[in-house]
Amino acid sequence: MIRSHVLICGGTGCTSSGSMKLQTILEQELANRGLTDEIKIVKTGCFGLCEHGPVMIVYPDGTFYSRVQPEDIAEIVEEHLLKGRVVTRLAYTDTGDAEAKADELPSLNDTAFYRSQQRIALRNCGVINPEVIDEYIAMDGYKALGKVLTEMKPEEVIDIITKSGLRGRGGAGFPTGRKWAFAAATPGEIKYVCCNADEGDPGAFMDRSVLEGDPHAVIEAMTIAGYAIGAHQGYVYVRAEYPIAIERLRIAIEQAKEYGLLGKNIFGSGFDFELDLRFGAGAFVCGEETALMTSIEGERGEPRPRPPFPAVKGLFGKPTVLNNVETYANIPLIINNGVEWFNSIGTETSKGTKVFALVGKVNNTGLVEVPMGTPLRTIIEEIGGGIPNGKKFKAAQTGGPSGGCIPAHLIDTPIDYENLLSIGSMMGSGGLIVMDEDTCMVDIAKFFLEFTVDESCGKCTACRIGTKRLLQILEKITSGNGTMEDLDTLEELAAHIKTTALCGLGQTAPNPILSTLRYFRDEYIAHIVDKRCPAGVCKALLSYVIDEEKCKGCTACARKCPVNAITGSVKNPHVIDTAKCIKCGACVETCRFDAIYKK
Amino acid sequence: MKTLAELAEIREKMKGKVAMRQNDGNETRIIVGMGTCGIAAGARPVLSALVEAVSKEKLEESVTVTQTGCIGICQYEPVVEVIEPGKDKVTYVKMTAEKAQRVVAEHIKGGKVVAEYTIGASVAK
Repeated sequence: MIRSHVLICGGTGCTSSGSMKLQTILEQELANRGLTDEIKIVKTGCFGLCEHGPVMIVYPDGTFYSRVQPEDIAEIVEEHLLKGRVVTRLAYTDTGDAEAKADELPSLNDTAFYRSQQRIALRNCGVINPEVIDEYIAMDGYKALGKVLTEMKPEEVIDIITKSGLRGRGGAGFPTGRKWAFAAATPGEIKYVCCNADEGDPGAFMDRSVLEGDPHAVIEAMTIAGYAIGAHQGYVYVRAEYPIAIERLRIAIEQAKEYGLLGKNIFGSGFDFELDLRFGAGAFVCGEETALMTSIEGERGEPRPRPPFPAVKGLFGKPTVLNNVETYANIPLIINNGVEWFNSIGTETSKGTKVFALVGKVNNTGLVEVPMGTPLRTIIEEIGGGIPNGKKFKAAQTGGPSGGCIPAHLIDTPIDYENLLSIGSMMGSGGLIVMDEDTCMVDIAKFFLEFTVDESCGKCTACRIGTKRLLQILEKITSGNGTMEDLDTLEELAAHIKTTALCGLGQTAPNPILSTLRYFRDEYIAHIVDKRCPAGVCKALLSYVIDEEKCKGCTACARKCPVNAITGSVKNPHVIDTAKCIKCGACVETCRFDAIYKK
Repeated sequence: MKTLAELAEIREKMKGKVAMRQNDGNETRIIVGMGTCGIAAGARPVLSALVEAVSKEKLEESVTVTQTGCIGICQYEPVVEVIEPGKDKVTYVKMTAEKAQRVVAEHIKGGKVVAEYTIGASVAK
């Protein structure tokens, strides 16, 4: 009997902090102590608490070890796996208090990080070994597919998905059941099912984690979609920058084929379905559905006008269903647990849960899944553990370069599709970037515009030239040369781009500007009128000053300054020549008396 | 190609193997005292015997075997505690590998506490 499972995270985050090395050492250590037959090592997908990686969890106790180093392994084996004593210094606690008593250590599900979460799309991430199909099957995997193929008609499947209220998790939130119904209703011998795994928002990694932690869920759901609309071929379009996700998908597809869960006559139902991978080269625009399909076709990834919508004329001109990874991950559970179960989670218009990649100025960066309608405050303060270094929360950006910011006074907004739209942001794919008081909102808008200018495919003028012009105006403002008229120009231009750009990329590109203008107009004005950056970020607008009272004349800063901008004699207050100063900040770090500040 | 029945078979077979990760508090827990005193008194073979016996009786899905530190009755080590949901804890003392096999067969599987090995019986003597 295996009496204990040690789960090691094999997601991208923990792999890059060395989790696979830990696995090798652990295997060796278990062999040395003759524990190999009693203790099983399981490589899993992402646990979500990436900030504290590499992470490891020991069952049946459910002890969660964080930031495990190679030299800690021997102690974990000796103390915990042999003697049953938790190595408290490595155990994760909410407070980060390493000296907590063993019996006070929360098990994983009791920590603040996990307590408010409800894991549906991430149900198997960090629980099963994604490279072993039997473990997925143990978690009721492929049960939904069996039920669909042997007991249900395609229209019944679509009916369940429609009634469940599931909406696309990739951005706009279009009802999934309706999308399937359109594709099913379009006549055609050949149809396709595609999965959008071209996750491109800066800081977002929800889809990657699902693919890495539970690839079979996506395969099962795509096969179900194929049956529902009458397609026999599916494609997963995944970024080539996700090597671990690709590898696990490849293994999962092989295993599913071996078991006859992909291929001809699945479960003896007469239904055939094949699934292949297509790799994206990292162009952001290929996350847009029509550009994605153009890319699969082997053409340059550029969008095309809609209508016709993909459900009517999609991949290779055939009716196509295209859903996002997280959307698919929900499907098997909806089939297994029923419409009422799914309806009971979330808000009136947004059912189920949403996965967010929680990043930025927050203590627990990582992957979280919460019911729709969860207030932003819960995500940031409870799950995220608040803002580091006692700073104040300023705003959160959702929806990446297509979304907008949620200012601090709206922190109690329940997060769902409609609420986010009404406050000028959007759900997007689920990137959630937390910003503190040291963040300049004009600079943030500029950051996202730089991104969209880079990623604009250039096909339509509105996006290609429009975003560039928006960025130029922002650069003018942050360098201190802006005028109040520029704000009107920004708004006017933004409105034109939104209505005339060809695809979603361009239509949403002005959002970061519009939403920061809406909530932080005073910051724009400070940049323009006072020539001042209130957060002290925009270099052109700030100068470093030495406080005469505090300066002891130790000369440390003068010696450190790379451009010799600081002058003064020993034991007398020094002065910074702002004309020479390049604002590198080296003097601030050097000063032992806190005498240098930004103005 | 797998049939639905074969799929169900894999599911049943594998459920026991992953059940440990979905600890729901409804399982029987067998806890072995593995403090220095327990190990010195021979807790390691007891643990191995328990693990083997649970596996032999195919009880993995509903039973976990774990260890704990010294519980303060060192003279009675090796100590094994059995906690079944909704029942009082049973403490077995001065355990051996053979006794462990009997506890699994009669108590865990059969539902009948092996009274003669319990701390009550031992203290009464």
